[in-house]
Amino acid sequence: MRDVSIIGIGQTSVGEHWDRSLRHLAYDALAAAMRDAKLERADALYVGNMLSGEISGQAHLGSLIADFAGLRGMEAIKVEAACASAAAAFRQAYIGVASGLQDIVIALGVEKMTDDVGSRLTAGLASAADADYEVIHGITFVALNALIMQRYLYEYNVTREDFAGFAINAHANGAGNPNAMFQRPISKKAFMKSGMVADPIGLLDASPMADGAAAVVLCPTDQAREFTDNAIRVKGSAVATDSLSIHDRRDPLWLQAAQDSAQRAYRQAEVTPEDIDFFELHDAFTIMAALSLEASGFAERGQGTRLACDGEITLEGKIPITTRGGLKARGHPVGATGLYQIVEATQQLRDEAGDNQIANARLGMTQNIGGSGATIVTHIFERVS
Amino acid sequence: MTIEIARHWRLKSQRYQLVGEVCPKCSNKMFPPRDVCPECADDSAQPDFKFSGRGEVYSHTTVHNPPDGYQEMAPYTVALVKLEEGPLITAQLTDVANDAVKIGLPVEMVTRKLSTQGDEGLIVYGYKFRPQLATA
Repeated sequence: MRDVSIIGIGQTSVGEHWDRSLRHLAYDALAAAMRDAKLERADALYVGNMLSGEISGQAHLGSLIADFAGLRGMEAIKVEAACASAAAAFRQAYIGVASGLQDIVIALGVEKMTDDVGSRLTAGLASAADADYEVIHGITFVALNALIMQRYLYEYNVTREDFAGFAINAHANGAGNPNAMFQRPISKKAFMKSGMVADPIGLLDASPMADGAAAVVLCPTDQAREFTDNAIRVKGSAVATDSLSIHDRRDPLWLQAAQDSAQRAYRQAEVTPEDIDFFELHDAFTIMAALSLEASGFAERGQGTRLACDGEITLEGKIPITTRGGLKARGHPVGATGLYQIVEATQQLRDEAGDNQIANARLGMTQNIGGSGATIVTHIFERVS
Repeated sequence: MTIEIARHWRLKSQRYQLVGEVCPKCSNKMFPPRDVCPECADDSAQPDFKFSGRGEVYSHTTVHNPPDGYQEMAPYTVALVKLEEGPLITAQLTDVANDAVKIGLPVEMVTRKLSTQGDEGLIVYGYKFRPQLATA
């Protein structure tokens, strides 16, 4: 198996891009990543996306985007794993290069959510859950997370307020990210006063839906020098699955797929959680940030919110998370999010994170969660020089 | 869309009677039914197992922004119910005020309208749970 590195990154800003269609957003990110790597061609393209069929009436994104980007003829397919689609696409690109079958590969995540609004978009997002046994009961994506959070509050005797630190930290970091949807800090008072979306989840527990696209270019590490002086190594890569529905899990408060994928990534990278300098986790809702920290080995079971309360998740803390705003403030274009995380981790490791730069960052981890935890993708990246 | 009728019809014994399965090898009781036992991976023929429909609320929330097909019921409470035989099941609660629901509330299965689907207004019926009625 070959060692693999990231040699180019690109992204659009996250927000409501009323004047840009799905293919334009995809091209903007892809072209930026190729310019960054000084490339004119590639061997393959993996497109992460969840909702193009439902929202834009557009399937078959591999061919659409390759052709639109002037790369007609290239191998290109779409990868779908709900909100984990983009990191799953990255994983396929990694496998392509590591296996030796492909040399220069682009992983792209794109989501165009504002082509539809309201109840149809809500229904589309819910399709990440079990259609016959969850969605038929009128469940929404927020409701699934609320069911987990409600039980978490009961089981571990914590309160809504204990989750405030996750949202406050994300917004503080979003203020330093020019591509973030929300670039203003929020107060604890605002968090506590925000209206209920699905109790106990308030508006400021939840990440916003948005349009966006992000892309990276991968190649074998021993060829990376031909393209760049600041290649970032992929040191660990893993995908794990769990039951699609919450009710089928032995413990609905434990992200087994996060534990499994994180442990596999740690083993491959030969590191432990103590070695990780920062963690781009999947804070679609504040409860997911707590569960992700616990299952990935950064906190004991039921103690995830302590890290937020104790300030350990800030840029200066023991384990900085959502360093560019996370899903909460950067925004959550669902099928593109996993690649925003990877682009942001690359920025940190290249010393290109501006106001949000973590001093001496050497090892970064990303974790992208699909559905209520049914597909979880974990990656570990390392600064090469 | 008329074509959706078969999709709901084939689940009638689950939707109307809570018919699941019991694994002949490890006795794991399953709802929904599945072809392979998640506990022991046994895939031998599994006899039908009818759940009693009694259980208690494991977790709950209220939906204010419903998906297509559920607007007329909003706001409504959805729950994870722990059935007395063991499994968790996702369902709406009914015959109870949203703010009166607590974790641990004893509930029982009833048949209700789940949603109205498509332009033709196909009505889908199935299980919901209500607070257990006191037995005489």
